[in-house]
Order: sequence, then structure tokens, then C-alpha cells
Amino acid sequence: MASDSLNWFRFSSPATFYPLAGKMIPWFGWSAALLAAIGVYVGLFVAPTDFQQGEAYRIIFIHVPAAWMSMFLYVVMACWSAVALGFNTRLSAMMAQAIAPTGAVMTFIALWTGAFWGRATWATYWAWNARMTSELILLFLYLGVIALRHAIDDPRRADRACGVLTLVGVVNIPIIYFSVHWWNSLHQGATVSLTKAPKMAAIMLTGMLIMSFAAWFYAIAVSLARARTIMIDRERGTSWVSAVAGAAR
Amino acid sequence: MAAATLPSPTTGSVWPAVQWAVRRDLKLAFRSRAELGVQLLFYVIVVSLFPLSTSPERNLLATLGPGVLWVAALLSSLLSLPRLFAGDHADGTLEQIALSPYPLEALVSGKILAHWLTTGLPVALLAPLLGLQYAMDGESLAVLTAALLVGTPVLSLLGAIGAALTLGLRASGSLLALLILPLYVPVLIFGAGAVDAVRAGLGATANLSLLGAGLLIALVGAPFAAAAAVRIALD
Repeated sequence: MASDSLNWFRFSSPATFYPLAGKMIPWFGWSAALLAAIGVYVGLFVAPTDFQQGEAYRIIFIHVPAAWMSMFLYVVMACWSAVALGFNTRLSAMMAQAIAPTGAVMTFIALWTGAFWGRATWATYWAWNARMTSELILLFLYLGVIALRHAIDDPRRADRACGVLTLVGVVNIPIIYFSVHWWNSLHQGATVSLTKAPKMAAIMLTGMLIMSFAAWFYAIAVSLARARTIMIDRERGTSWVSAVAGAAR
Repeated sequence: MAAATLPSPTTGSVWPAVQWAVRRDLKLAFRSRAELGVQLLFYVIVVSLFPLSTSPERNLLATLGPGVLWVAALLSSLLSLPRLFAGDHADGTLEQIALSPYPLEALVSGKILAHWLTTGLPVALLAPLLGLQYAMDGESLAVLTAALLVGTPVLSLLGAIGAALTLGLRASGSLLALLILPLYVPVLIFGAGAVDAVRAGLGATANLSLLGAGLLIALVGAPFAAAAAVRIALD
């Protein structure tokens, strides 16, 4: 029994997680590349032209996966932060730190591609639509966490401070979303409506889902790679890092 | 700081700690009245800049007014936040406060309440006067003041978390803005929305209720988060 319960925590130590992460990265990375290739093929060549939006709708294949990941990654980051604060585990905080830049990039991609999609379909780069506004605020939340991390020299204090900020943010995200939504419905009528999107063809949905998995696996691979560099950097005084460095040399 | 000493806990009630923190911070705030005055002046000046930068046309001003007053309230709250912990952190008082037998959450709540009494409350009370400059009618002014009275405590509560997280950091002022302003968004929307709703003939009840709900959530959650952040900063 003792060995069973030990296994739960076997990979919670950087020394054991480092090689595991190194083994996982190629799997997730190549899966992401393969899925992205299939997704792009389906999106650009197989899926038909939309009868309302023309070719411009094809931005959906990058836009929607990025938007989903931007929100999902914040929740994942908050979970790691909660574990780090609750159990005082180093690795969880490192994972939260590693996820933040990927989340910010996904949010930025979602906003950027959304602007071009908006330009093509609504003839405007930016409308103060509820989703766009809350996505913009989400980007600010990510940047706040990253900026706080860089402002604190002591990594352990940075871990916990960023953890508190992330958790406060995750409580606020639904409130921000609904407040922006109600504000929007009060201020302007349904000049732009994405919520009543026409029924999507199955092939479009398939392409979007494949791209979503590609984005997901990419996020895992990149976060793990970043977590590995964080582990090496933070634990540079330890014997396991010396052993890894020795093996690499 | 030569404020009255904190009574030792006898009954298990935390109210003496809250009272002590409020009294002490109010006393300190009134000893630097000029600072409080400057913060209010900042609020007045920011509000006065908008007509100069847009137009003195009365209809436009009445539309802009609530939003401008709210943004100015947010900024003046942000400006005053470092005062909440930074002084006590610099001279070691904050460590002594954290060492007291009372829960740090209670002492932090008292400090937040004192912060609101010295910044949020004056801003809310000054709002009707500034609203007149924006050609707002009586009902709008009343709703605006009510919304500020309910909303500015939320600003102090959320702001305390950011102020504690950025204690002793480089460029903590601009960092604080980045951390806290996104979290202020719902307060801004419901607060300014209350007046808009009145002007649109919808009544302000919904917005004020939502602000009140936000205040309750912040009252329950923010002191714990702020106290946790203070402990992190002190380690």
C-alpha cells in the first residue's frame, strides 16, 4: 500500500518529472503538428465555402480553437495555482508559470484573428462586443500574472503571489463575462450577432475540432518544454540538474 | 507609529481588532490631511479634463458624465492604494500587525474600511457636485451617488489584494494598475450602467442590486485574499 500511495506523488518532484516531460514533449508536439496539418487541409480544401460569409469564415479554424484554449488554459493555470497554494508544491507553481505565456499567446491570436474576421464580415476590426471585450480583459489578466511574476525576484514569493492573483482572476472571469454581456445588451442592439450563427456543416465542425486538439496538444508540448527550462533554472544548485547537465555534456 | 495599542483578545471576538485598525488608520490619514486633499483634487481635475477634451455640449456631457465620474473614481482609488500597506510595510509595522494574536484578516478588513472612509466615501459625496457640471438631472445624480456609495467599497476591497501583492516591488504603481484595473471592470460597468439605465427609463434597481451583490462577494472573499497576499509579502 505504501508504494501505491507513493506513486501518486512520484512525478511531483522536478527530478522525476523532468525526464518524463522530456519524453512527453515529442509525442504531444508531433501529434499537434500532424493534427494541425490535417486540420488545415480540412479547413482550407475540404470544407465548402460558406454561402453567407464566403471564404473569410475559414478564419474560424484558427480563431475558435485559440479562443477556447485561451479560456481553458486560464482555468488549468488556476487549478495548478490552487494545488501549489494548497499543498505548497513547487512543480505545480512551475506548471502554472509555464502555462501563462501560452495562454496569453492564445488570447492574442484569438483577438487578432477575430479582428480580421470582423473586418471581412462586419466591416469593422473592432466592435465592443461582449465576447471581444471579455477576451481583451482576459489578455490583461494574463499579462498581469506574467508582469507580477517578472517583478518579484524571489521565485517562491512569485509563485504564491501569482497563485493568489490567478485565483482572484478565475473567480472574476465569469463576473466580468456577464457584466460585459449585460452592458453590451443595454448599449447596442443586435448590430453584430455571432450567437445566432447559421448551422455549421459537419465537415466545418470536424475541421474545427481537429484544429482544437492540435492547439491543445501544442499548448501541452510548449508548456512542458517551458516547464523544463523553469525546472532547470530554479533547481540549478541541485545534484539532479548537475547529472542532467553532465549527461548532456 | 504611536497609535493606541491593540487590546489583547479576551472574548474571541475579532471586532476589537477591526475597530483598532480603523481608528489607527483614520488617525494616520488625518495626520496627513494634505495627501487626502491632493487625492480628491486629482479626482476633480480628471473629471474637469473631459469636457475640455471633448465638447461642452450639454447632451453629450450628460451622456458622458456617469462614465467619466466612474473612471475618475477608479483612478483615484488606484492612486491611493499604495497608502494602504506600503507605509506600514516600510517601517515594519505590518510585520507587527501580522504577529498580533488577532486574525490578520480582521486587521486587514479594518484597514480596508479606513481606506474606503478616507478615499471612496469623499469621492462618492463629491460626485453630485461634479455631476452638476455634466448637466446631469437630479435623479441621475442621486443614482450616481448611490452607485458610488455601493461600488467604491468594492474598489477598496479588490484594490487591497493588488496593493498587498505588489508590496515592495519595482514599479509597483504601474504594476498595480495592470493587476487591478481589469478586476474593476464589472464595478465600472454596473456603476455607470445604473445611471444609463435611469436615463433609458429602466430604473437602476438591477444595476444597484448587482453592485450590492458584488460588494457582498468582495466583503466575504477579498479580506482573505488580501491577508494571504500580505503574508506572502512578509515572508
